[in-house]
Amino acid sequence: MEFLTWEVVLNALGEVGSTVLYIFAGTVLLELFVYFLWTPLRALSRRVDGWLDPLGDRLRHLVATVLMAVVVVFAVRAIAVGQTPSPWAPYWPLTVVVFGLGLFISPNALNIFQSELRLAYMLLAPAVVGLLLLVVFPLLWELNVSLTNLNPRHFQSPDYIGLTNYLEVFTKPVLKQVTFFPVLLRTILWTAVNLLFHVTGGMILALLLNRKMRFKGLYRALLVFPWAIPQPIAVLAWRGEFHFEYGFVNIMLQRLGLPAIQWMTDPTWNFIAMSITNIWLGIPFMMVILLGGLQSIAGDYYEAAELDGASAWQQFWGVTVPLLRPVLTPAVILGTVWTFTNFNVPFFINQNELETSDTLVTALFRSAFQYFNLGDAAAFAFVIFGLLLVFSVLYIRVTGGLKGAYE
Amino acid sequence: MTATTIPERKQPTAFQRFFRARGREDSPFGRLLIHIALILACVLSVYPVLRVITISIRPGDRLLSTSLAIIPDDASLEAYRTVLVEKEFLVWLWNSIAITAATAVVGVILSATSAYAFSRWQFPGRIPGLIFLLSTQMIPAPMLMVPIYILATKLGLTQSYRGLVLAYSVTSVPFSIWTLRGYYDTIPHDLEEAAFIDGASSLSAFWLIILPLSAPALVIVFLFNFMAAWSDYLLARVMIASERSLWTWVLGVRDFQSQFQTQWGLFAAASIMVMIPVVALFLYSSKWLISGLTLGSVKG
Repeated sequence: MEFLTWEVVLNALGEVGSTVLYIFAGTVLLELFVYFLWTPLRALSRRVDGWLDPLGDRLRHLVATVLMAVVVVFAVRAIAVGQTPSPWAPYWPLTVVVFGLGLFISPNALNIFQSELRLAYMLLAPAVVGLLLLVVFPLLWELNVSLTNLNPRHFQSPDYIGLTNYLEVFTKPVLKQVTFFPVLLRTILWTAVNLLFHVTGGMILALLLNRKMRFKGLYRALLVFPWAIPQPIAVLAWRGEFHFEYGFVNIMLQRLGLPAIQWMTDPTWNFIAMSITNIWLGIPFMMVILLGGLQSIAGDYYEAAELDGASAWQQFWGVTVPLLRPVLTPAVILGTVWTFTNFNVPFFINQNELETSDTLVTALFRSAFQYFNLGDAAAFAFVIFGLLLVFSVLYIRVTGGLKGAYE
Repeated sequence: MTATTIPERKQPTAFQRFFRARGREDSPFGRLLIHIALILACVLSVYPVLRVITISIRPGDRLLSTSLAIIPDDASLEAYRTVLVEKEFLVWLWNSIAITAATAVVGVILSATSAYAFSRWQFPGRIPGLIFLLSTQMIPAPMLMVPIYILATKLGLTQSYRGLVLAYSVTSVPFSIWTLRGYYDTIPHDLEEAAFIDGASSLSAFWLIILPLSAPALVIVFLFNFMAAWSDYLLARVMIASERSLWTWVLGVRDFQSQFQTQWGLFAAASIMVMIPVVALFLYSSKWLISGLTLGSVKG
């Protein structure tokens, strides 16, 4: 047991503060590096371009692409899986050389090293390095592991087994009993149900609030509550309220003369409990987004529609919805992705670890952190990632949203 | 010549008023209905929170009760006292505050600068970069936990806050960059060009013009970063779970809640104390919330 003494306060502060200082120092070094290396690299890129010009852009593109592919393959293979270091690891400086070669051989080098871009790269550098370290590297590691049989039986020296893991995601149980497709279907159902309620609930509340009225600020503040509460608290509180005997949900049901429900042990009701919790959590976000969108629609549109004799229903579908699209499209994509990958709600509400309540993401967590089937889990993770990616691309294509991003 | 009839403007029905844009009057009856609907919605959204308060002030011997009274008989602050004095709660809270404040600030700085580059320069790799940032949002959180944990172990960053601070600062950067870039794009370039004529550099234009104008978006991004780190469970569990004194409040509260019988009141009291500052921060910034979230995307 430890209490909040000065020592504890200073200890935490020191650790966090020194980390921030390290980050700051690293950033300064990085900026200096980019700043001073810029001119020589630029000169080099021009000279190389002069030499290679007779080769033609096509050939240079081809060579550069091949070299970059070599870099990626090498980077993946050089990452150690398990305890023994990869035999490729000692040669990693070569990748830097190959990467440099690829960069300068590419006809894009001249574009990359334009003089007015120095500041842009300096602004980008810290985030790029951070993302390389904490997103790209983990992804490459995961890609590498997904090709091996890294699991509790082969922890020391896993073997490369090709795409077997990817096949097994679909053919073998992902946990103890459940297979991939039932979990996928459940996750899709979970996402669809939640999103439907989020968007309709949020839309109704936004429409109600979008007028001059008394207590508008108060209503908005109270309605935003579920979003403002830290998610783990909200979810754990709901879990308590689904308790068979002492949770308010069952108490209320019984007072209404209905039978109490086994929220924690019955698979269907557990799924409904998860959904209730997440719907409660997610409506405020949609409400806030849609309210912002509604406020940006000028009243003239409605007046014009009314002159043309449009009914309220027609006005809603003909004016409000199309004009909300720029706001709605990103919100729906984000909402889908967040619901699909939501971890806290399905994980915590499912107190008895029913496999029948697992969504893809909690199944992934269990597979990796409870059964330590890291190889399988990695392949599983890439399948989930791929599904979401495909969904988003399709959704953006179909709705034509996010156009602004590419201007 | 035929006389054209001008269609008479119909009086809208109560149903039509429901879907009406702001600034026009509703009938008194319609107003009443709207208020009733909103009050109902507010009750639904606040009731579970009220219940947490109720449980936190129940006396210790009556934690498990089937009463629905908001203020229980013999209300006591016993649970608060226990949490504050007999448990490490304050240590956990302090740990969380230190980590979260640092990561939110670092995260905002990282993304505010990069988003400016994405908004104002057409560098090669800009669009692939944006697509990459968007696709990182599709990564299921547990996917990166194992490699991040292994990386942190190799660098000796586990069981300390170093790894946590680094990871939190970076993982919310993609979303922040998207939000901020969208917002910067709505600021006309003329403003900066005028400053350039006056001899300002790009950097001082960014500092003096862009940053102050994007205050709402910066607030949003700060809030998102803050909330992400403040209520994270997964990464904290992976990185610092083994030592109780290092825990953040999430790990502690989860520990209270894991035994329903004994510590339900402690969970409730601790939750209320964690909730108050965050909810206050959230409500205070809610006026920026709407403009910051939507302005960037409205442009399309």
